[in-house]
Amino acid sequence: MGTVRLTRAIEFSASLRYCRSDLSEADNERLFGAAAARHGHNYRLEVTLRGEPDPMTGMVIDLKELEQVLDREVMARFDHRDLNTDTPYFEKRAPTPENFALVIRRLLLDALPDGTLDRIRLQPESTLWVEIVEPEDAP
Amino acid sequence: MIRLTRHYEFAAAHLLIHPDLSDAENRRIYGKCANPNGHGHDYGVDVTVSGPVHPESGRIVDLEALDAIVEDEVLSRFARRTLNDDEAFRRLVPTAENIARVIYEKLAPAIAERSSAELVRVDVRETGKNTFAYGAIQ
Repeated sequence: MGTVRLTRAIEFSASLRYCRSDLSEADNERLFGAAAARHGHNYRLEVTLRGEPDPMTGMVIDLKELEQVLDREVMARFDHRDLNTDTPYFEKRAPTPENFALVIRRLLLDALPDGTLDRIRLQPESTLWVEIVEPEDAP
Repeated sequence: MIRLTRHYEFAAAHLLIHPDLSDAENRRIYGKCANPNGHGHDYGVDVTVSGPVHPESGRIVDLEALDAIVEDEVLSRFARRTLNDDEAFRRLVPTAENIARVIYEKLAPAIAERSSAELVRVDVRETGKNTFAYGAIQ
């Protein structure tokens, strides 16, 4: 049949500041500029899965299952939270879109059936987004 | 592969005519886009770069540096100008295909020189209905 890709989008809101706990306030401000001050974003996350549709159900994945994974791994952890203080991921690295996307990718790779994640696209602002595309031969 | 995309916009005038063709031939090929006094668009440009995420900054590219490169190479050249007057389009019809390619060719060396990221793709949205991509397409 061939590979089909499906994309599910979710939106959530969080506060954050770019800072690393191993640096002084002054060093954080020097390194990260205005983003070292606490601010917030409405994030849009698009998650694309790939696979052969099951011959019987016609689905790559049951969307209910995908929604549960996104609720548990993304919404419950990050929506209406402060990324620096309410999550364990941004102690030593700043919650830049790049680092945040890498964290979400890791969580989704661990939660989704092997080989189904195709890409994620994380958009914190209308003029900026980050994509991580999994290699075709990913196990 | 991790990549970052930044969106920019500029407004410019153009008309689609090839200087070597007759008015009738240009009219036949380009239709209303060849109207002699030109027309304009709000162009949207998505610039996509790839590269390692720096452990210090957590970034692929310094956004201020990227903005400065795009300002120097693209926006200051094309915004509120007539594209046909630009040196890049003297012998090249300023279709959105060619605009995407020209922007890519101007940005690629500047980004390589002034940042540690690599340009991988340029998307040009000419109108809400038409978008053109040049580079590593995926």
